Amino acid sequence: MNTSPLASSSNMKAASVEAINMTMQFGDFKALDNVNINIRAGTFHALLGENGAGKSTLVKCIMGFYHATSGDVLVNEKEVKLSDPKDAQVLGLGMVYQHFTLVPSLTAAENLIISRADAPSIIDWKAESKKLQDFLAKMPFKIPLHQPVSQLAAGEKQKLEILKQLYLGSRFLILDEPTSVLTPSEASEVLSHVKSLTQAGEISVLMITHKFREVTDFADEVTVLRRGQQAGNGLVADLTHDDMALMMVGQASENKTVERQNTTGDIILDLTSVTAPDRSGTKQINIDHLNVKSGEIVGIAGVSGNGQTELMEILTGQRQPLDGRISVKDETYSATRGEVKKYRVRYLPEEPLQNACAGKMSVAENLAFRNFDDTAIGQTRSPFWKNNSQINANAEKMVSEFNIKTTSIHSPIEALSGGNIQRAVLARELTGDVDLLIISNPCFGLDFSAVASIRERILDARNNGVAILLLSEDLDEILELSDRILVMSDGAITYETDATSANISEIGFHMAGQH
Amino acid sequence: MSDVADIGLWGVPLAIIGGAIRVSTPFLFVSLGECITERSGRINLGLEGTLIFGAMSGYAVAVNTGSAWIGVLAAALAGICFGLFHGWVCKFKGVNDIAIGIAMMLLGTGLAYFFGKPYIQPVAPDLPSISFGWWSDIEQVQAALQVNALFIIGLFLALLLAWGFKSTKVGLTIRVVGDSTDAARAIGLNPDRVRLLSTAAGGALAGIAGAYLSLYYPGSWNEGISSGQGLMAVALVIFARWKPMNCFWASLLFGGAGALGPALQSVGISQGYYLFFAAPYVLTLGLLIATSSPNKAMESAPGELSITK
Repeated sequence: MNTSPLASSSNMKAASVEAINMTMQFGDFKALDNVNINIRAGTFHALLGENGAGKSTLVKCIMGFYHATSGDVLVNEKEVKLSDPKDAQVLGLGMVYQHFTLVPSLTAAENLIISRADAPSIIDWKAESKKLQDFLAKMPFKIPLHQPVSQLAAGEKQKLEILKQLYLGSRFLILDEPTSVLTPSEASEVLSHVKSLTQAGEISVLMITHKFREVTDFADEVTVLRRGQQAGNGLVADLTHDDMALMMVGQASENKTVERQNTTGDIILDLTSVTAPDRSGTKQINIDHLNVKSGEIVGIAGVSGNGQTELMEILTGQRQPLDGRISVKDETYSATRGEVKKYRVRYLPEEPLQNACAGKMSVAENLAFRNFDDTAIGQTRSPFWKNNSQINANAEKMVSEFNIKTTSIHSPIEALSGGNIQRAVLARELTGDVDLLIISNPCFGLDFSAVASIRERILDARNNGVAILLLSEDLDEILELSDRILVMSDGAITYETDATSANISEIGFHMAGQH
Repeated sequence: MSDVADIGLWGVPLAIIGGAIRVSTPFLFVSLGECITERSGRINLGLEGTLIFGAMSGYAVAVNTGSAWIGVLAAALAGICFGLFHGWVCKFKGVNDIAIGIAMMLLGTGLAYFFGKPYIQPVAPDLPSISFGWWSDIEQVQAALQVNALFIIGLFLALLLAWGFKSTKVGLTIRVVGDSTDAARAIGLNPDRVRLLSTAAGGALAGIAGAYLSLYYPGSWNEGISSGQGLMAVALVIFARWKPMNCFWASLLFGGAGALGPALQSVGISQGYYLFFAAPYVLTLGLLIATSSPNKAMESAPGELSITK
């Protein structure tokens, strides 16, 4: 299986890294409490935990971004002092971030060269290209060298990030949720290549993840964090998914599933031959046919960057379609405020702080965006003056009903955590009469409990007869919530299936653009 | 001027070519300077002030030393000072580069007027030019092909920058910083320092552009010496999509448009005189509208530029 010619070298190049009694205090808050982790040379180690469990803090301490309050880091069994990321780089510790650190307008080759500390002041492209080709020939991944990174697919960028670390000579690699932007098959490909590099003794790997499947398929060992404390560790071979889940959450999570009621009714949203330019202006979004009935959740799966953002923008009126017809309840719809109110359409866009809130305005004001000027429902008496007491009462009600954690309804909404902003927007959008709800990545970056409560709300709305269009990059979420699943690839809907008869590999196949 | 009748209307395109070369040089230098600055992720609107101060200081030094080239050098040094100041102020948190640029524009203009008062009368030596019109007997051809040395330097500078952005560490460094501050930090670059130096380099070129105005064309120092070249160059860089060679062609185009009014006037067409003088401004507006689109992000725009964010 091992294809790396580098494996021929007999001595182990991979570094071992050990963190002992790491404690990290931010003011009153203990982000890490006496955590130990030992990544042996040439192993693939998984770091598992919920959001906020301290995973990032731990690796940032190892990489020298943070200076731990107490605790030691050992590299190859020698204690080291890491005062900034450069020290880590010198020791051969490298990290691949969740958000790419590649420069989008530079080509892959330019990115590799400039990341070198000893980049030549005048670059002889002929010689350097040859050297890069030789380097790539020894690597398990292939990527186009002379294309701007912005034109690479997410999977290719991820590979390039890993290649960059190997090119820089890293012997220990931290991967921060490396598969969050990849299709299932891309993820398996990248991780199996990384695994073969560890088996060859080239590198040791610490992978941050929350996907059990990746842990069991690729990792040798696992360490689990919960609320800054070490909740367990061991060989992957000795652990089941349930063991790991128990360590991660603390107690067996009760899977409260909301009953699905048969409510499918009339067509609410209908798109016919809608086309629009995409963000780069070089490709086109092309939706031949898409409809959502009341009491139904239609999930659109797809790898990010295949037109979902643009589709959302078309539906919210942020992007002008070139052609085609969008109708809600058989009437032409162009997402004006009047139409939104008339047809009872609500939105939960991705990155709600940017797309659905005014960050510096208060929680109460943000919660009133839908109805502060509505004279019909008694929110205000005059269409000119705003009614503060009504706005506050409205906010108090939503805050308690949707369990939004905020110091005060008058604090700016940007001060809230991601999950609470998400809940606030959901509260605003689900209050009142709703006929159509359009959602994009509702649970991105939220922890277990927040995810569960938001999904429950969405299913409740479905059962009440709301038509729901769900765009998500999280295939598990699509599978859990949808009645009907569509796949979006390259700006078009390429596949449709009923959720009951859905086949994951078939969906993954279409997500990868092979249709 | 006796030959005017001989070539008739041919004088117009000829005057436009000659004018394009003459008028484009300040555009070329300012836009190349702004190109370096914007590629590093900053926008310096203050180049108009730098240009005017460069014109004044270049002229003053040339008057006092008797050498036009020392004047150019002085203008470049003055430009560096303005650039460094802009770059230094902008590194502070919450400072907006556009606002500082406008302040710097007013500061540079005001200082130039203040210190320049005594130099309106004296005459400074001109920058040398090279005659490429020796093969022709026609006076207009010879006049049109009088090419200033700075224009040729500018052309080579554009070629050098185009190559440098691709094939030198400095060039790549500027592009990295301009496109992603986070990536630059991850590589271990200091974005503030790169931007400081890029802004200084941009200032130096804008200073040289000013020296060209006062030492060659129109060739004297007065308060109305610049007609907004420094500001238009910013628009020109956007139109040129941050590519040095495009800056060169765009400068020629703007220079030609600027020469349209005088050229038509020289053959006796004076109707709509002011309209023709407005040609470069109309062109700026027209081109920016034609080349931008509400539906797509500007391609090749440096990602950290505050106007494209």
